[in-house]
Amino acid sequence: MLGYIVRRLLMVIPTLIGVAVAVFFLIRVMPGDPVVVKLRADGAAVTEETIQAERKRLGLDKPLMVQFTDYMIGLTRLDLGKSLWTGESVANEIAIRFPVTLQVAIMATLIAVLIAVPLGTLCAVYRDTWIDNLIRVLAVSGLAIPGFWLGMLIILALLYFFNWLPKIGYVSIFEDPVANLSALFWPALSVGYRYAAVVTRMMRSALLEVMREDYIRTARAKGVYESLVTRRHGLRNALLPVVTVVGLEFAFLIGGLVVTEQVFNLNGIGKLFVDATARGDFTLIQGLVLLIATVFVVVNLLVDLLYAALDPRIRLT
Amino acid sequence: MKKLTLLSATALVALGGGLAEAQTPKKGGTLNFAVVAEPPTIDCHAVTTFAFAHPGLPHYSKLLKWKGDYKNLKIVPDAAESFEQAPDGMTYTFKLRQNVKFHDGAPMTSEDVKASYDRIINPPEGVVSARRSLYADIKSVETPDAHTVVFRMKQPNASMLTHFASPWNCIYRAAKLKEDPQFPAKTILGTGAYEFVEYVKGSHWTAKRFDGYFLPDRPYLDGYKAFFVKSNAVVTGMIGGQFDGEFRGRTPTERDQLVAGMKENATVVDGPWVTNLMFTFNTQKKPFDDVRVRQALTLAIDRWGGAPALSKISMLRDVSGLLRPGYEYALAGAELEALPGFSKDIAKSRERAKQLLKEAGVPNLKVKLVNRNVAEPYTPGGIFLIDQWRRIGVEVEHTQLETKLFFDAMKEGNFDVLVEFISDFADDPSAQFDKFLTKEKSSQAASGHNDKKLDELFDKQAREIDPVKRKALVNEFERHALTQVYSAPLLWWQRIIVHHKKIKGWEHQANHFTATDLVDVWLDQ
Amino acid sequence: MADVTAGDAFADKIPKRTNPIVKFIVAQPLGFVGFLIVLLYFVLAVGAQWIAPYHPEEVDFGAMLTGPSPEHLFGTDQYGRDVFSRLVYGARTALAVGMLSAIVGCTLGAILGATSGYFGGIIDNVIQRLVDIMLSFPIIVLAMVVVAVLGRNMIAGIDANLIVAIALPMVPKMARIARSSTLSIAQMPFIDAARAAGYSHARIVLRHILPNIVAPYLIMLTAFIAQAILLEASLSFLGLGVTEPTAAWGLMLSGSSADFYQAAPWMILFPGLAITLAVFAFNLLGDSLRDWLDPKMKV
Repeated sequence: MLGYIVRRLLMVIPTLIGVAVAVFFLIRVMPGDPVVVKLRADGAAVTEETIQAERKRLGLDKPLMVQFTDYMIGLTRLDLGKSLWTGESVANEIAIRFPVTLQVAIMATLIAVLIAVPLGTLCAVYRDTWIDNLIRVLAVSGLAIPGFWLGMLIILALLYFFNWLPKIGYVSIFEDPVANLSALFWPALSVGYRYAAVVTRMMRSALLEVMREDYIRTARAKGVYESLVTRRHGLRNALLPVVTVVGLEFAFLIGGLVVTEQVFNLNGIGKLFVDATARGDFTLIQGLVLLIATVFVVVNLLVDLLYAALDPRIRLT
Repeated sequence: MKKLTLLSATALVALGGGLAEAQTPKKGGTLNFAVVAEPPTIDCHAVTTFAFAHPGLPHYSKLLKWKGDYKNLKIVPDAAESFEQAPDGMTYTFKLRQNVKFHDGAPMTSEDVKASYDRIINPPEGVVSARRSLYADIKSVETPDAHTVVFRMKQPNASMLTHFASPWNCIYRAAKLKEDPQFPAKTILGTGAYEFVEYVKGSHWTAKRFDGYFLPDRPYLDGYKAFFVKSNAVVTGMIGGQFDGEFRGRTPTERDQLVAGMKENATVVDGPWVTNLMFTFNTQKKPFDDVRVRQALTLAIDRWGGAPALSKISMLRDVSGLLRPGYEYALAGAELEALPGFSKDIAKSRERAKQLLKEAGVPNLKVKLVNRNVAEPYTPGGIFLIDQWRRIGVEVEHTQLETKLFFDAMKEGNFDVLVEFISDFADDPSAQFDKFLTKEKSSQAASGHNDKKLDELFDKQAREIDPVKRKALVNEFERHALTQVYSAPLLWWQRIIVHHKKIKGWEHQANHFTATDLVDVWLDQ
Repeated sequence: MADVTAGDAFADKIPKRTNPIVKFIVAQPLGFVGFLIVLLYFVLAVGAQWIAPYHPEEVDFGAMLTGPSPEHLFGTDQYGRDVFSRLVYGARTALAVGMLSAIVGCTLGAILGATSGYFGGIIDNVIQRLVDIMLSFPIIVLAMVVVAVLGRNMIAGIDANLIVAIALPMVPKMARIARSSTLSIAQMPFIDAARAAGYSHARIVLRHILPNIVAPYLIMLTAFIAQAILLEASLSFLGLGVTEPTAAWGLMLSGSSADFYQAAPWMILFPGLAITLAVFAFNLLGDSLRDWLDPKMKV
């Protein structure tokens, strides 16, 4: 087991290096000049000379390969560089925003699992009845509703029915749990719906597949009650692909909350990413892309390990 | 059918203003306000955005500042006690107040002023001085004694006083600058009415009253807290009572939502803005090198008809030429209406426009319009322009670019027509005319024309310190520019401020950079 | 992501030797509903200039923010533009961008996957690593990076770079599916026979492998169109997609239109419904196609 983990971790490194190199060169061919945006966007009459001075200060006048070497050397010390826009360390910029995104992602996952596991099970048990069809239609529509639109509708409904909107600005859940949860529940719900739809469909098909397997038939043949069959034998094995989907979706949410954060005005990773690309903040974009890739890889690894824990048939060596 | 309801903003203005005068200011309280962007740096000399002006400038004093609202605006001494301009415009002498102290207790002297201006005029290696070129006419900064500063000029500059009253010329401590020229980019240390407490990125900026401030009984407030929020969060934040104002400017729709939500607690202050939306032709490209085509495209626009409607849904409101409507040097009335695109008879103008296009040999003109990807007011401006041009049979391909790509397209000349803007902290012909010059003369000009007459007129008015003579030159520049139409103003912006009625002593100065020191602001509670 | 998961096999219920269309309707009634809705959108898109009562970009300051009425079925927006007409023309934008990018993405993916599966070895390894890297990003992030890197490039009124941005995130998924289909086909005797006959690799891939992955291609294409419509709407909402004054659903929800939440809810309601229904229909159709053509397919 330990050997497997170590080997998996070692395999992660070339992938991340690949991402780091690719993103560096991709972003440098980006048109436009971040320094010009920084100094001229508000209409100031800034001369070319001043722009060159700022470029020099930020180290953007150095040859590309020198910048690349600096960046890669920095990475070995886990130093992501400094934001071109604020001059603050990229790690710090991300650390300020990460808790918001992480919490919304976790809450959305909880919402999705709480909705999807029972509904998916219902579908499989009452397969091809109206219950199954209704839930399936709901699930397909869950995939169809744009998350940002659902968010807008939620805001509209809150305003219309309660004349209330969550407070702006992030309060830590440890500081004021009520304010925190009442603000972050709605965005979590707006992404959670689609997420639940994905998981419900996976739950249903996984259960159906498992139910066809021999040991379930054996259990049935032995005269075990149907509900017991579903619970004891079906659910546990069906959870494997469901765990995978939940894990992957969770990983995607870390970077994929871009639109939701816009709608609900959250100061998270997604908003930071939108700002960084609009400003052409090279270093910040690099940092964020690396973060998103790392989260994905780590979650993937955890899912694999969980697989092993849940399914006695899998032996990781 | 539900029509857009508009509130009588002027009535509320009168109410707010009237009360303020009648009351004696109260002490205490914390002012909570929103800032809808975040500053890239905290160094006044390098920064160009209101996102720093609002939370950051109250920490600093400058030599001069602006006082009053836009109808009644004048330059007054700030850390200076008095100032004097020599009749020939070749020297400016400032007497400093005796009791100005930095927040660390050190007294402010002429050395600090000199060090700060030297940093602006000749920034040391690694320091960015964003407005350096505006001070190029200064030959030397002298300090005959600890409380006198003398600026000697290379040549007269009619805009010099305006520049001495720039909100960005924070006075830093000379001793600190000597240790580290980058000091102000790392630490806030000024002589302003408020001391710095903390700045949490993405969240807030707080400040407390500076007890050693040079004016007696000022400031009134105990402190302030600025919240960094996205623009679309301002309405809910204010209605929810999280903060009580936002001082950049809101859209008319947001004003209506705020007034509906805050009810009698809302004070609305409407006014002009020294900011316009304009469009620039790429004269290096055919057929925009032809003055007939350029005139046709400005003639097609129903500015007088569109302005009232656009003012209900966007920040665009006023019809004017190159200078803010209401500014004493601006062309107005019949003089303005005689110029192409400013006539009130739109049917006739459009006939003329079609005829001009035909004469120029491009009756079915196609235009590539490049715009900024900023919702307000670039998008409504673009939609309006396209609709107006469609009415004379001109087809438009609209590209809205993120700021970075926009500046790139501007630099590369990758456009037929470019939507751009002018924005400054004061009415000043030299600042507002800059974009209309040849590329040789101005780093900001995008049109690429080679009309030396504009450059010459520009230089003449810039050096003319006699106001009457300067006005004549300014008018001539404006007439020539609007007839040749290398660039043409679309509409000027309105600046709508909504704040809680308890905020008193706040001044609307037609820009979002000045009047930000919060010295005279108080809370009626 | 328009995920398509394994569903039921209705195969045993299908009467034999009837018209395939009738078979599809009987076996996949939901899919047929999806098909009808998709058809409706095509009619709107193609016939926009006859169906829409107004020019979609026509500004009318006399009719700003009016509610639904006989003159303006779905009301007007802040510029007095007819929301219904913009929705109808929006179908054109959505289908054009959606289909173009789905075709580009699917085709690239199919070629990449088939190449990878057919050649194996180093080529397979390199392509699979690339696919892995691309799959580790949320599609919106990938699309935003592409938009940022490429900028804009208008060709015939459509932003070619936007198409690339939407198509790219679809490539790795299709590549995976095409690869596994290819692997199973590559072992079949007729491929060996083709090789023995000395046919070139290009010919074998084009003539023998690709035709055999048509079924997964079509299934994925339908699902990708749904995904592309959603992604285009999201990008336009962020201001990175289609630009004003072009009629596009996501754009109708973006920018300052959010300010009119309360004053003009119809501006928010109808475009969202149009997106949802379109994506719903394409997903339904895609799901049913899969169940029908290839019930074993896993995504």
